[in-house]
Amino acid sequence: MEQHQAEHSIGYGTYVLVWLGLLVFTGLTVSVSGINLEALTVTVALLIAGFKTFLVMNYFMHLKYEPILFKLMVFLVIITFVIFLSLTFLDVLFR
Amino acid sequence: MSSVAETAVHEEQHSDVIGAKLGMWLFLFTELLLFGGMFILYAAYRAKHQHEFFLSSAELNMPIGTLNTVLLLTSSLTVALSIEALRRGSLKVSKVFLLATIVMGFGFLVNKFFEWSAKIHHGIYPNSPELLKASAGEQLFFSLYYVMTGLHGLHVLVGVLVLAWIYTLIQKNPIDSRNLIKLENGGLYWHLVDVIWIFLFPLFYLIS
Repeated sequence: MEQHQAEHSIGYGTYVLVWLGLLVFTGLTVSVSGINLEALTVTVALLIAGFKTFLVMNYFMHLKYEPILFKLMVFLVIITFVIFLSLTFLDVLFR
Repeated sequence: MSSVAETAVHEEQHSDVIGAKLGMWLFLFTELLLFGGMFILYAAYRAKHQHEFFLSSAELNMPIGTLNTVLLLTSSLTVALSIEALRRGSLKVSKVFLLATIVMGFGFLVNKFFEWSAKIHHGIYPNSPELLKASAGEQLFFSLYYVMTGLHGLHVLVGVLVLAWIYTLIQKNPIDSRNLIKLENGGLYWHLVDVIWIFLFPLFYLIS
């Protein structure tokens, strides 16, 4: 428990760095959207959004410092979402 | 004797922190899957009406969308700083950051209001005569736009109210140690609202 508390605290500076990273990636996703990459456009946008989410969840939401149970649950939710998304697209694409 | 009792109470609260956070995360998962269902709907319709989605997206106000993204990201930073300040016992700093978060959340809603008003003024709203003349793809795009950004806006509003409530709690009883977990959970909710916007923004504003 003690150890958990100790590593729980994140410095102000780390938060500001994460925020700067989020702003940089927002700028990137806006400027990339102007370039026509055909089918890659949406992939790039989703990759950037995914990475921004990773930053927000890990640092702002402290997921990095939570017990393994929290991470497993988040993983399970993402897997559930991906399963439903894939099943839907099996229907949409091969109908 | 009383100090022993206090320690016991303190320890119980301490172990409860994980339980409280776990409960909040479970709630956030239901929110993620609620929005997840809508994102799947969006993906399916976009796959069918790609060209119409591109055309409709060009009508959205990209600068306002970008400004709102920056507002939400910054408010996520300030709520995280507010929590960290409260954890370190800097009450005043914590309250200033919390207030800044609330103001930015409110600013997001004001921008959204002007954005929607402009769209409605141009006759673009669900079932409008103008939109009924448009293609099925464009109708679907704007229906999804209104439902998804509307539900998200409602979440922003709830988040602002929750954070304002926590602000009054800290104001009224600054030494209450339970304020921290309330603020932490309020912050988790606020960050989730931010995460959803991180996906809404490129999928609606940046595909033209």
